[in-house]
Amino acid sequence: MKKQPGHRVSPRSGITKVQELVYELKISQVMTSPVATVTPDTPMRRLREILRTRKVSGSPVVVEGDRLVGIVSIEDLLKCLVKGNVDEPVTHWMHREVITVRQEESVIEAVKRFAEFGVGRLPVVDSRGRLVGILTGGDITRGLLEAVDLDYHQGEIERYRASHIFEDIVSDDTSLILRYRISKGDFQRGGEASSKIRRALDRLGASPQTLRRVGIASYEAEMNIVIHSLDGGEITAEVQPHRVRIVAADTGPGIEDVDKALEPGYSTAPEWIRELGFGAGMGLANIRHCSDAMDLVSHAGSGTRLEIVIRLGAGPETAAGEA
Amino acid sequence: MTVQDIVQALGLEVLSAKGETDRPVTGGYASDLLSCVMAGARAGHVWVTLQGHPNVAAVASLLQLAAVVVTEGAPVDPVTVQRAEENRLVLLTTPQDTFTTVARLAALGIQGGAPGPRRP
Repeated sequence: MKKQPGHRVSPRSGITKVQELVYELKISQVMTSPVATVTPDTPMRRLREILRTRKVSGSPVVVEGDRLVGIVSIEDLLKCLVKGNVDEPVTHWMHREVITVRQEESVIEAVKRFAEFGVGRLPVVDSRGRLVGILTGGDITRGLLEAVDLDYHQGEIERYRASHIFEDIVSDDTSLILRYRISKGDFQRGGEASSKIRRALDRLGASPQTLRRVGIASYEAEMNIVIHSLDGGEITAEVQPHRVRIVAADTGPGIEDVDKALEPGYSTAPEWIRELGFGAGMGLANIRHCSDAMDLVSHAGSGTRLEIVIRLGAGPETAAGEA
Repeated sequence: MTVQDIVQALGLEVLSAKGETDRPVTGGYASDLLSCVMAGARAGHVWVTLQGHPNVAAVASLLQLAAVVVTEGAPVDPVTVQRAEENRLVLLTTPQDTFTTVARLAALGIQGGAPGPRRP
């Protein structure tokens, strides 16, 4: 079955996908295995038990374990009950002409055989003609549903990889700006702004990797203001289809030696703050690790402005060392 | 290995998000320095720490951790529990210390370490 190039996904194309799968799936992928069997000398009363307890409507008849010699169904059992004696062996009632399918064939062959012969089940054999499984219409339906579901989940994963922010908003350029006021020393609310930024991006459809990078970068920027600023500051997250730009600004005290501040492990945080687990001197290093661009402008005595850019979509995200 | 398996194996008390304990655990991280956790822990990890203040919940939610174990019976701020509930984060406590807790988690097969470049 040829795939049509440029075929747009529409509600009706669900039928096309199933048809594709009927050709793509192999019988071995949907059949039931192992299969309950009987031998030619099995009494019909035993067959009755098997059909009842296994809740099946028929059974292949084998010798030597898996050499198919016939098939016997519930219809045959009914005839036996009416005419004969349930102590008679299966061999009196079975059909010797068995319609089968091979496990390496595609499911479409089974569909054709069901249609042509009107049987309820198809024993599945391997290349040597040995019984390996059994196939009913129900097995085919179930197999198709599972394959379609798997396909859908794959599609969802693929969607995450592409940038889908603002997918349905049409403009020459779209920009969403989130602003948050950060209070100095408010450890109770520390992390709230970054959490909200992350949640907003999640709603917009950002990938898990983007969410992690934005979450870490904005958290560290936020906590820097909480811990080090004189009077709090502001965090702005500008979200565009191709990137997120986070700006964290305060009015003091400023950073005396910016280069030193960028070294991992260097911290000016007082002891009581370190005891809370903050001020490890990792904040700016973490931000740099998560971002595609970082710019820090600060002078002692004046404010600090930190700008972070995180690009969305494939490519730079993998460079951030994500699992 | 799920959070519930850990709860049972270590005899931990569940303080929040009791309905989320079937979450799988993908690894572990131990540190009391929040920035280190931001750098080193991965989604699905269990974080072992002495800290119980509200930012623990903030960090754990941001990183989508499977659970946080607060050790040495350290006091867990009610705001932390509240925030954890809001974010469906499982908070666990133990009277045992961090070292013992990590050793017991490792004995269950939970591994530390995460791929990717680390700080020098």
